[in-house]
Amino acid sequence: MGLMEKFFGLSWGIHPEDHKRPAADAATRTMPVPERLFVSLSQHIGAPARPAVLVGQQVKKGDKLADPQGAVSAAIHAPTSGTVTAIGEIPAPHPSGLPVLAITLESDGKDEWAELQGCPDPFALEPAEISRRVAAAGVVGLGGATFPAALKLSLSQKSRVSTLIMNGGECEPYLSCDDRLMRDEAAAIVDGIRLMLHATGASEALVGIEDNKPEAIAAMSEAARPYAEVRIRPVPARYPMGSEKQLILVLTGQEVPADGRPGDVGVVVHNVGTARAVHEAIRHGRPLVSRLVTVNGACVGQPGNIFVPVGALVEEVLAFAGGLKKTPERLIMGGPMMGMSLPHARVPVVKGTSGILALDAAQVADRAQEPCIRCASCVRACPIGLLPLEMARHIQVGDLKGAVGVGLKDCIACGCCAYVCPSHIPLVQYFAHAKGEMAAQERARLRAEATRKLAQARSERLEREAREKAELAARRKAERAAAAAAAASASPAVTEGAQA
Amino acid sequence: MTNTYNASRTFASPHAHGGSGVRHTMVRVQFALLPATLFGFWLYGWPAFFLWLITLLSCLAFEFMSLRLMGRQQIGRTLGDGSALLTGWLLAMTLPPWAPWWVGVVGAFIAIVIGKQVFGGLGHNVFNPAMVARVALLISFPLPLTTWVAPLPLTSAAAPGFVEGLQITLGQMHLTDAMSSATLLGYAKTELSRGVDLVQALAGDHAPGLSWSGIRAGSLGESAAVLILAGGLFLLVTGVIRWQAPLGVLAGVAVPAAIAHAVAPGHYLDAGTHLLSGALMLGAFFIATDYVTSPTTGQGQLIFGLGVGLITWVIRSLGGYPEGVAFAILLMNALTPIIDRYTKPRILGRTRAGRPIDPPPVGKGA
Repeated sequence: MGLMEKFFGLSWGIHPEDHKRPAADAATRTMPVPERLFVSLSQHIGAPARPAVLVGQQVKKGDKLADPQGAVSAAIHAPTSGTVTAIGEIPAPHPSGLPVLAITLESDGKDEWAELQGCPDPFALEPAEISRRVAAAGVVGLGGATFPAALKLSLSQKSRVSTLIMNGGECEPYLSCDDRLMRDEAAAIVDGIRLMLHATGASEALVGIEDNKPEAIAAMSEAARPYAEVRIRPVPARYPMGSEKQLILVLTGQEVPADGRPGDVGVVVHNVGTARAVHEAIRHGRPLVSRLVTVNGACVGQPGNIFVPVGALVEEVLAFAGGLKKTPERLIMGGPMMGMSLPHARVPVVKGTSGILALDAAQVADRAQEPCIRCASCVRACPIGLLPLEMARHIQVGDLKGAVGVGLKDCIACGCCAYVCPSHIPLVQYFAHAKGEMAAQERARLRAEATRKLAQARSERLEREAREKAELAARRKAERAAAAAAAASASPAVTEGAQA
Repeated sequence: MTNTYNASRTFASPHAHGGSGVRHTMVRVQFALLPATLFGFWLYGWPAFFLWLITLLSCLAFEFMSLRLMGRQQIGRTLGDGSALLTGWLLAMTLPPWAPWWVGVVGAFIAIVIGKQVFGGLGHNVFNPAMVARVALLISFPLPLTTWVAPLPLTSAAAPGFVEGLQITLGQMHLTDAMSSATLLGYAKTELSRGVDLVQALAGDHAPGLSWSGIRAGSLGESAAVLILAGGLFLLVTGVIRWQAPLGVLAGVAVPAAIAHAVAPGHYLDAGTHLLSGALMLGAFFIATDYVTSPTTGQGQLIFGLGVGLITWVIRSLGGYPEGVAFAILLMNALTPIIDRYTKPRILGRTRAGRPIDPPPVGKGA
């Protein structure tokens, strides 16, 4: 950060202690497949997948377990060979610990791959075919958002994206799985990047890597040397550099409109881990059934990066990583800035699990909340240019509209504001609450709207029926009157007699 | 291994913290005030120390009483955050060092109870509590608030001893004419009102000196302007305060002062005198930078500072009072919400007006 930048307050974001080493420097380990795997059907953003196997069915590693369902969804494959023993609810990897549907797979211990179809010359394939194969392999964004990768590839193709940005920022403290992958498998990642360039039709790929990972930058530069279209671009280490809008701004100087997507500025962003998964899927036909997970924190016996099959329980991963030295103050899935706290360790690893952190009290630094002193640290830290203190004040008095007025909808929940707050105000919690409340209000509004329409339709119908009935009665009356008149004119004596 | 981890509570991210704290900030500010305060104790002797102590203790006592009356929980922790102590300290820095004890007590009451707690306590007050107290005292009790003592360093023979100092603070001993002295701003105002040209007045034998060493009449926060400046720079370097507000205040005073002095030296004091006089340094670095009552963005703080400086100069040069920092700060405090409203940062991906920016034409570089 330049002095001028600091002086004029142009410096967004924060510089947290990264805690990445020594875990980042430890050699990558592979966890043996546990006896039982719990494969959640909600591994991605969007609709949960639909089971495609029956209880009791034998599967090989890589066989499809579930089909995508709906527009945004992804297929799920067997992380090992064995028998499907149950399809039912298990605790979700979420702070609520609420149940989620999952397929329980009992390993047969052989870890036998199904017959895989690789492709020796994928560049001969149509771009759409690459997207199709990536979809078939169940690849999702491995940076944490778990958006189905194939969908992003085909959307980019349609919106004529010119630049593919590869996110190797990994700005979250403690995490080093992307760093480790770039060091160990640079060639596979670069190949995946080239495949994604082919699939999206973009002309160049910019790989943004934070400059606190010199080994990864060196390895990737070496691997990308033969390919002019793949450029390695070191970026300053700063949180949240890995946020899509920030990385695009730093690498291309383009600002994504607040209501738009990266495609609006001709850019699409993918994670480097996703590139490796694409490489595996296209070259070797291997679906995404395991991932590299950073296991870190003061309570972990042997911190490091571990290849974990999807569906392994967090407690098994922790046990493989040397067990727990002490009871953690907090157990987190993901990074410390945006990750979720877990209620217990009996939840499965999913495709988006970038890290498992067992933090002690000193690392969590949880303290009681104090009143806001308007120090504006949050205003300077916010990478989006919001006024977190003002938003929180509006939310405290239930003024959601006011909070939206000062930018609630632009908040990316990166946590910079709460990280720097001297009063330890849980700002992100306020914003999450307000967003949830707004969503609930929106649902209620839609429901009220629907009810109102139904009621209106009913009263219209009743009115129409009454009107029709009245018209019918009037018509009949008129008919009767006409008939009577006709009869009267035929025999006037009767009428006279009646009058008398 | 079926342990649960604090499962009774749900934690929102982030699960890490930078380590800053309210108390930490307040302690740093107090540390920055220490050199000037110690210098003041030496310069004005025991009475200055007693008044300082009484003001601080009264602030703590009134804070405690307010919190008790409002039925707040964890009073000890709130007292320990150091904000009441800092308010008292800043107030003591602006009082005449030999003022009687009740000035400190009444000032503390106004600052803590009326200036802060009735608004809802820390973070909710609109006006800087120390300045509210200072202005209220000045208007209500002009005599003790404008009686300044000539420097009598502790090491000198004429300095009052411990007991004598206590008597002075308790109001049992009155200042003789030989002991009292005017501040330079006060002297200049008096001479001007008598129709004496400033050039002559300041050249006269009775003119109070304005030495950089700070050995002159004034409050603790006035005479040691250089030490206050040093404390302010310490706060700047440690990131407790930012440069916009202090620079705004200093420039807001110095620029009009320099221009006016160049045009009419007989009627207007020069910029250097303005900068070293009164509570300007204290105001620029310690009061105008008060988080609670100043704008949140750098741009806003610059506007705020310039306003404080300009109003100070106007009051000093054209108004009825020789000093105007406290008034200027209160006036600008009132404007803080509106400054905040017009100096919001631009949201990424939006124009200043808040509309989404237009995307560039698609296909660029493709």
